[in-house]
Amino acid sequence: MKKLINKVAAAALTITLATVSGQSIAKDSSKPIVIPTHNWSSQVVMAYVIGGIFESMGNNVEYVPADSQAVYESIRNGDVTISHEVWQSSFGKSFYNAMAKGGVIDAGTHAAMTLEEMGVPQWVVDENLCPGLPNWEALKNCKDVFATADSGGKGRWLEGPQSWHGDLMPVRVDALGLGDDYVVKFAGGADALWADLAAAKKEGRGTIIFNWTPNFTDADGFAFIEFPEYTDGCRKADGGDGSCGSPKGWLKKAAHYQMPKRWPAAYTTFSRMSFTTKDIGQMAALVDIDKMSHQDAAKSWLADHEDVWKPFTQAGM
Amino acid sequence: MNYITEHPKLSQFAVLLAVFFLLYFNINPADGIFWRLPSLLTDLPRIVNDSVDFLMFEWWPIEIYDPEIEEYEETALLKEITRSFSRSILFCIELIREILLGGVKTIVAFTDWDFVEENEWARLPAMPWTVVAAGGILIGYALKGKGLALLVAFATIYISSFGQWEPAMETLSFVLIAAPISFILGLLLGVFAYKNRTTEAILMPLLNVAQTMPHFSYLVPVMVFFGIGDHAGAIATIIFATPPMIRLTLLGLKKVSPEVLDAGMMSGCRNFQLLYKVLIPTARRDILIGVNQVIMQCLAMAVIASFIGAKGLGFNLLLALNQLRIGQALELGICIVLIAVVLDKLSLAWANKQTDYFADLPFMQRHKYSLFFGVIFITGIVLAYIGSFIFKDGINYLYLIPHNKGITTENFWQAGVDWIWDTFFFSLKAFNESLIQDVLMPMKAAYLAMPVVATFALVMGVGYIIGGIRSALIVGALLLYIALTDWWDRALITAYMTTFGVIVSVIIGITVGSLCAQNSLATKVILLVCDTFQTFPSFIYLIPVIMLFGVTDTSVLIAVIVYATIPATRYTVEGLGSVPPSLQDAGSMSGVSRLQRWVKIELPLAFPHIMLGINQTVVFALFMVIIGAMIGTDDLGQYILKALSDKQGTGNGLLLGLCVAFIGLAVDHLINTWAKKRKEDLGIA
Repeated sequence: MKKLINKVAAAALTITLATVSGQSIAKDSSKPIVIPTHNWSSQVVMAYVIGGIFESMGNNVEYVPADSQAVYESIRNGDVTISHEVWQSSFGKSFYNAMAKGGVIDAGTHAAMTLEEMGVPQWVVDENLCPGLPNWEALKNCKDVFATADSGGKGRWLEGPQSWHGDLMPVRVDALGLGDDYVVKFAGGADALWADLAAAKKEGRGTIIFNWTPNFTDADGFAFIEFPEYTDGCRKADGGDGSCGSPKGWLKKAAHYQMPKRWPAAYTTFSRMSFTTKDIGQMAALVDIDKMSHQDAAKSWLADHEDVWKPFTQAGM
Repeated sequence: MNYITEHPKLSQFAVLLAVFFLLYFNINPADGIFWRLPSLLTDLPRIVNDSVDFLMFEWWPIEIYDPEIEEYEETALLKEITRSFSRSILFCIELIREILLGGVKTIVAFTDWDFVEENEWARLPAMPWTVVAAGGILIGYALKGKGLALLVAFATIYISSFGQWEPAMETLSFVLIAAPISFILGLLLGVFAYKNRTTEAILMPLLNVAQTMPHFSYLVPVMVFFGIGDHAGAIATIIFATPPMIRLTLLGLKKVSPEVLDAGMMSGCRNFQLLYKVLIPTARRDILIGVNQVIMQCLAMAVIASFIGAKGLGFNLLLALNQLRIGQALELGICIVLIAVVLDKLSLAWANKQTDYFADLPFMQRHKYSLFFGVIFITGIVLAYIGSFIFKDGINYLYLIPHNKGITTENFWQAGVDWIWDTFFFSLKAFNESLIQDVLMPMKAAYLAMPVVATFALVMGVGYIIGGIRSALIVGALLLYIALTDWWDRALITAYMTTFGVIVSVIIGITVGSLCAQNSLATKVILLVCDTFQTFPSFIYLIPVIMLFGVTDTSVLIAVIVYATIPATRYTVEGLGSVPPSLQDAGSMSGVSRLQRWVKIELPLAFPHIMLGINQTVVFALFMVIIGAMIGTDDLGQYILKALSDKQGTGNGLLLGLCVAFIGLAVDHLINTWAKKRKEDLGIA
């Protein structure tokens, strides 16, 4: 265990040295870099985009479908080389768990700021189903708008699976004094959230679901509820009472600890990669709205946005 | 009074129920140990996890020199062993895949990546889809004739024209490895178990657990041991598909009558000849059912396997569902079913093909099919070459139709889903609300309010009545494990959903099965429907169900019922079909009406067999309740899903899986014991 941590530290040092001196140590290995694909569009397109960038530098790449939670264990073991969308609130835990065991390194952060929060579809606000939204205080008076058959007369928050943030939302409901009016239901996965969103829209009923941005739902409009602002230590896990919203989160990149040595050039490029909310939105829209296949979307994005990605590959930036 | 003395079991049951309700209403959460057992096994997941981690990553460290990063890497022996096993499986999968779709990895396996980079020519070209399709049709024709050839033609043309050729071949390539390995492994282990009592005694409980354990729960362990990728998917599939093969082989071999065996010995068979020429051909019928099951199971795993890296139809299906593109998911699902049906029919036809020992044909006759394939191969390549001139703008439809570039009926299906939604939504909503508020919520609350003592009394009591003290102890021990973990309440919720699902499925299954069994055409149709639904990926109907019924228990239960009705129906049809015609005639002569015949003769005689169907229904229902976690539940399934990201994922996943398996095994034990006794009583054992 200790040895592994030492190795990670050594690897990290090497990267720093390599970046400082501005030149790669050796030629990249010709073995393929393994990029995971998960089950949402922007991630899959970005996988092919990053693969395309690596290929343009002469690297070989390979894609492997993986579960978005379990992938960190695979990176740790070296079966997968990178993960390019580590969302703070959904995957932060799995990422840090794997990092603590050793074998995963933090390869920097995207420019895109993320927000992962409970919210309502925009038309719920527009049609004034619950006056005062998106301010959270409005929720106190409209539990009936969000009640479902199995919520026992309370309003329902549809949260992602428990594996995403554990008891964060139930704690928050209680801490905000909404415990008598609201109950948290855990959905089984992202597709369950989208299905509920689509059903609510058709039916014209209100729904509070967990969602994030950048996401394809941005196109139709989605209003995140404004909870009391996040401060360090306000969450229960950090010693607070939990009565605060989510922070503006990071979107990180993770890599196997040997990547800097095995593919120094590719790693340098990967660590420089920084996509913005706009970039990610464009990638997702090519698939979700223009109905392109994921590979074609990546090709077309790469062709149209050389100015964005070329600089990542050039030394001396 | 007379009635009670005639049916002693009935009075025992009455006493048992009285005790149960007495305990139920008189023990409350304040009663400590009688209410819930202490979770003594809390540390077990961590221990399992740590031991696996130790074995895999620390035990017997070895240094391996890595020339690329010019360093010695410390790794563990076991990890290197499992990883090299992974590599060899992966090589086989890649080989088939690259023959079908082209690529460089096979050549890389013999040289290295640098070689491939430097030599442009060093790659396997894809076989034109026309060649693969025509080859399949030819095989179908050679094995069985026009009918099978037409089926293969339909399947291949459907797959390629809908633009699913690439993912379908990816799925096919890993099934073509997983299925034969499962078959051979199953056959071998089955033969060993037949030859050796100890092996059988060891194997049986393992098989029981493997067949009742939800596949989700061993995904993480497989990933830790074998890594991620197509090979991991194939290994998980093999774990899932082998047990029925072992069981059916053993069953078939046991049925071989001693006279046949003696005849073989008298003809001077050696041991191996006896096995290969006498036993296996005689047990052929059951072994063939085993082959059918292996293929069905392999394709049923296609979606789940993509969680740990299997490429192909399953992964694309999940992706389509995540975009709520139900039409596209449906087309992918149909591809999976088609592959299953084609492989099943081809393997059956191949196994049933008689060797003609007396034919003495000239070369051209003997090799006509190989020669013909040669012609197809060359024609296909020529066509593909010509195609490259016709289709100048990228896609050569005569060579490979790229993914999602074919025709699609997506809009049609989408419209269908919308129509169902618009037409039925509000009546369904009312139904849904009353079901949840009046039935499901109270039922769930009742299960959760059950004191642990009452549960044990009920289950062990039933065990005692059915199979005596031994059965009571067995089911009690199975239950005890669950009660000592942290997850007893979760297990109660799983039990509530399973119970509801099983009751409804059994009612539907027996009714539909009985109706269809009256007519031989209807029997055939219903069995086909059963086969289709068994391989059709259940994930597809999860989404429309959520749209209609929300993220609720109703959605989960509907999915459960759709899936669990299959065995109940199938076994009813088979059970009724196996009632001896002489008994039916005897009934008719005594002047029974059709209904009387069904109630008094057919059902009682078929009931032991139907009970085995109910047994399967319980197992299927448990499976689906666990998959229901993908909709959103708060039972064991949600925790198994959570294990995918846990720090102690391996331990939690396996031990939660055992909880589910033990529920299944307890039910399995009770039903099997009962059915066996009942069959003896009826004299149809």
